[in-house]
Amino acid sequence: MLAYRFRDIEAAEDALGDALREALERWTTDGVPESPEAWLTVVAKNRLRERARRRTTAEDPRVTGALTEMVCSLDGERRAAVDHRLDLMFVCAHPSIDPAIRTPLMLQTVLGLDAARIGDAFFVSGATMGQRLVRAKQKIRDARVPFDPPDARELAPRLHAVLEGIYAAFGVGWSLGVETPESSTAEGQGAERMDEEALFLARLLADLLPSEPEALGLLALMTFSHARRKARFDDSGAFVPLAHHDVSRWDRDSIVSAERTLLRAASLRQPGPFQLEAAIQSAHCQRLFSGNTPWSAIAILYEVLNRNAPTVATLVAHAASLAELGRYEEAEARLASAATANVESYAPYWVVVDHIAVLRGDVDPERSALRHAISLTRAPALRRYLEAKWTSDAKR
Amino acid sequence: MQYMLIFHESTNEIARRESPKEAPAYWGAWNAYIKELSESGVIVSGNGLQAPHTATSVRVTDGKRHVQDGPLPDAKEHLGGYFIVEVSDLDVALEWATKSPSTKAGRTEVRPVLPPPPRD
Repeated sequence: MLAYRFRDIEAAEDALGDALREALERWTTDGVPESPEAWLTVVAKNRLRERARRRTTAEDPRVTGALTEMVCSLDGERRAAVDHRLDLMFVCAHPSIDPAIRTPLMLQTVLGLDAARIGDAFFVSGATMGQRLVRAKQKIRDARVPFDPPDARELAPRLHAVLEGIYAAFGVGWSLGVETPESSTAEGQGAERMDEEALFLARLLADLLPSEPEALGLLALMTFSHARRKARFDDSGAFVPLAHHDVSRWDRDSIVSAERTLLRAASLRQPGPFQLEAAIQSAHCQRLFSGNTPWSAIAILYEVLNRNAPTVATLVAHAASLAELGRYEEAEARLASAATANVESYAPYWVVVDHIAVLRGDVDPERSALRHAISLTRAPALRRYLEAKWTSDAKR
Repeated sequence: MQYMLIFHESTNEIARRESPKEAPAYWGAWNAYIKELSESGVIVSGNGLQAPHTATSVRVTDGKRHVQDGPLPDAKEHLGGYFIVEVSDLDVALEWATKSPSTKAGRTEVRPVLPPPPRD
C-alpha cells in the first residue's frame, strides 16, 4: 500500500516537475497566467497521462489527489513567482541603496503612494522626498542594481528592511483610516485597502519564510492591531484610544490567530523587535479575556525593546505605560531620551508630555504641549478627541 | 555594463609598499587579486598608482594657475589604483570589489562608467 502510494507520488512529482519546467520557460516569455495553480494542474495532468504506462495511474483519484495536494503546497512558491511586489521590495532593500530611502522607495514603487504622503510619514516635505526617491530610482537604473531575488546569504540582511517597509505601509493605512474613518467613502476604502495590502504582504512573507521569527512577529503584530480596527471609533464616529476600546468590537478570531503566530515565532527562540512589539500588542489584547490591561508587563516589554531597538515611537509608548503605573519620574526620563531625536513634529510625544503633567497635577494653564499636539494633528477625529481632552481635563 | 573599481587605501596600507617586512605580503595579495581578475576576463583596463607623495594638484582660480604638492591635504584615504571591469550587473561588480585587498584595509568604491556619447 505504502509502495503503491509512494509510486503515485513519484509519478505525480515527476509530472509536476515537468509542468514547473514548462512554466518557467513559458511564463518568462508569455507572462504568468491568471490562475497559475490551475495552469500547473492541467499541464501536470497532461504530462501524467502522456507518461503513464497504465491508463489507470493517470485516472486514479489517489494520483490526481496527490497532485492537487502538491500544487496546493506549492502555493507559497507560486505566489513568490507571481507576486512581483515582494521581489521589488527586496530590490529596494539592496545594500547599495541608502538605508534611509529604502522604506519610502517601497511605499512608492510597491504601494503607489505619492511623495507628499510619504514625506508626511517621514517628517520631510514632499519635494525633498520626491528628490530623494528620484535619486534612488536613478541609482537602481544607472548602476544596474540587479532585480534577481536575493540568494540565501543576502536574504537575512534585506529581510528586515522589507519587514519595515510592510509595517510602514500598515502604519500609513492606519493613519489614513483615522483621517477618513467612514468606510463608505472612497478615501476610507483606500485606507482599508492599504491595511489589507500590507497584511497580505506580511502573510505572504510569513508563508514563504516560515522559519524567520521576525516575519512571523510582524504578521502577529499587524494582526493584533488589525483585530482592533473597528473599536477605534464609537457609533457617533468619535475616536476612542486603545485603553478605552469597547472590547466587544475586537475581532476575537484574529486575536487568537495572532497569538498562535506569535507562539510559533517564539518557539524559534530568536527574539527581535517585531516579536517584542507583537508581544506588547498581545498584552493589550489580554483585556478581551481578563478585563484588565497588564501595564507592568507592557512596561517591561518596552524596557527590553528600548534597550535593543529604541525609536522615538517606542520610547514615547514606554513613557505612557510607565505613567499608567504612576511611575512618573521614569516616564519623564523616557520622554527625555525620546527628545534627543527630533520630536518637534511628533504629536504623540506632546500628548504624553501633557498627559503626565495632568496626572501629576502640575499642568501649565496654557496647556502648551497639548496645544502643540493639536496643531500637528490633521485627522479631524483625532483633533476633536484632543480638543475634548482639553475641556474635560479643565473641568476636573 | 562597465564599472570602475576604485581602490582607496589608508595611509598605513600605502606605507606597507615600502616596508621590507610588509611589502611581500602587500604585493602578493594584489598580484593574486589581479591574476584572478584577468583570468576571469572581466578587465577592460586599469592601473595601480604610485604613492600619494608623488602627486601634484593643479587648480585654476580667476584665470590663475595654482600648482600644489600632493593630493587633498590631510586625506586619510588615498587613491591607490583602479580597474574598469565589464560585468553583468552591480552585484557581480560588488563581488569583485569585495575580493580586493583594499576592501580589507580601506575601501573600494564601485561606480558605473558613463556610456560613450553618441557619435554624430
